[in-house]
Amino acid sequence: MIGDIFAWLGDMENSKPLALILFFSTFVGIILYVYTGKKRKQRLESYKDIPFMDDDELDPTHEKKQQVKKDESNGK
Amino acid sequence: MSTTTASVATEQYNYGIVKKFAIMAMIWGVLGMLAGVYIASELAWPFLNFNIAEITFGRLRPVHTTLVIFGFGGSALFATSYYIVQRTCQARLWGGKLLPELTFWGWQLALVLGVITYMAGYTQGREYAEFVWPIDLLIAVVWVLYFAVYAMTLVKRSQPHIYVANWFFMGYILAVALLHIFNNLQVPVAWNSLESYALFGGVQDAMTQWWYGHNAVGFYLTVSFLGMMYYFVPKQAGRPIYSYRLSIVHFWALSFLYMWVGAHHLHWTALPDWVSTLAAAFSILLLLPSWGGMINGIMTLSGAWEKLRTDPIMLFLITALAFYGMSTFEGPMMSLKSVNALSHYTDWTIGHVHSGALGWVAMITIGSFYHLIPRLWGTTLYSTKLVFVHFWLATIGVVLYIVALWVAGIGQGLMLRAFDQYGNLAYTFIETVSFLHIPYVVRAIGGAFFLSGMLLMSYNIYMTISGARQPASDEGRDAVAAAAR
Repeated sequence: MIGDIFAWLGDMENSKPLALILFFSTFVGIILYVYTGKKRKQRLESYKDIPFMDDDELDPTHEKKQQVKKDESNGK
Repeated sequence: MSTTTASVATEQYNYGIVKKFAIMAMIWGVLGMLAGVYIASELAWPFLNFNIAEITFGRLRPVHTTLVIFGFGGSALFATSYYIVQRTCQARLWGGKLLPELTFWGWQLALVLGVITYMAGYTQGREYAEFVWPIDLLIAVVWVLYFAVYAMTLVKRSQPHIYVANWFFMGYILAVALLHIFNNLQVPVAWNSLESYALFGGVQDAMTQWWYGHNAVGFYLTVSFLGMMYYFVPKQAGRPIYSYRLSIVHFWALSFLYMWVGAHHLHWTALPDWVSTLAAAFSILLLLPSWGGMINGIMTLSGAWEKLRTDPIMLFLITALAFYGMSTFEGPMMSLKSVNALSHYTDWTIGHVHSGALGWVAMITIGSFYHLIPRLWGTTLYSTKLVFVHFWLATIGVVLYIVALWVAGIGQGLMLRAFDQYGNLAYTFIETVSFLHIPYVVRAIGGAFFLSGMLLMSYNIYMTISGARQPASDEGRDAVAAAAR
């Protein structure tokens, strides 16, 4: 049985269209996954901010730190 | 952790290894391009061979390609990938001090040994894989370590999502491992000999070589540098990538398509016709994701186009994307059998490679380095004016180079195919060689332009790093800290 499957796969006339179907359907699946669903769209697009996330301006405590710095420089 | 809630990086990053690779990238870049200008000049003025075997075109050519691809490009990729994976994962590089250092010294050793062996006349005779078998083994070890360091850093990340630039880097690391191993399957003549025979023979050997060759272009020189682009273009523009979803499709489409196109280098040979046609069809399909990625990168600047007037680093990055678009249009066109019948075995191919290598790969690296290096050393760039000058030297250099080789290649191709009224060849081979002289001179001048830009950049970088070592005033430090973000 397994030998038959390998023999079938070993024939290029079978394996070529099979590979095409597998790869093409996977790719179409990725496209559908990426471009459907409102929530998924928001989630995926939120990842674009990652390069800026360890910058100080995105640090939630940044504003507070800036205020403390300002106060210090004003001698408060 | 949500991406809208920023996390503060609490760990110190390993910038030492990034700095080392960045400096070596600059050194190899200058040396590799110097070798390139010299061999280009040898083709225009053959007396430059001086009858010295070590510096003849045949031996210096792999020195040039190895130093620019693996020395400049490779070291730049190590530097930027190690930087990006740490910054976007908010995690220190895995492997302690030792493993990243081993990748550095192993890679540099392979390059030095490669140059020595090529000049001594030892080569495997495989394009872009001329290293003899012991160096291939060294590279395989370095690559496994690179994979381990990179993958384990991803594993221990603080950020739940793996940013898309890391997907591109991971894809490139895995693909290059596969390519390197299968293309370098060799049987050494003896254990103490540098000579070896390829495991494959005939057309299978050619197919393996070009499966490697084109995927070296696809994964080593494109996918990886797109990883660089997806981080540094948004950072320099100060705004996120235009469409994250498009970047995902870009990645998967390139991964699905690139592996199939190598056979377009073997049109009209003993290769089965269906393989050749398949490669051409996939090459045409590649145009779509390539241009999708280019548009994604360029549109990141949407709403901030004025930066192109004031920021020369942005100019480098966006021009690199424009060249990426141009090369990925030209490539599929040249993969068509009818066009290839004219272009193959002519200098058009060399021009095409350089519009990608200089216009895309080198320019995206240069732009990224101008952004990266001041941040690594916690300083500001020594001179922005010099970056402007560098940009124009590089752009004029690339344009001179590719236009000269369009003329050379298309002219030569037409001459080789021309028949007279009796069906005889209209030109002798030596006539086509004579025709190439002027384009070769212009090509060498174009290369010299590009090299002079690299020298200027080296000076600018040297002064930037030197300046960083000087003690700064408090105001100066604040300005640097603000600029470094």
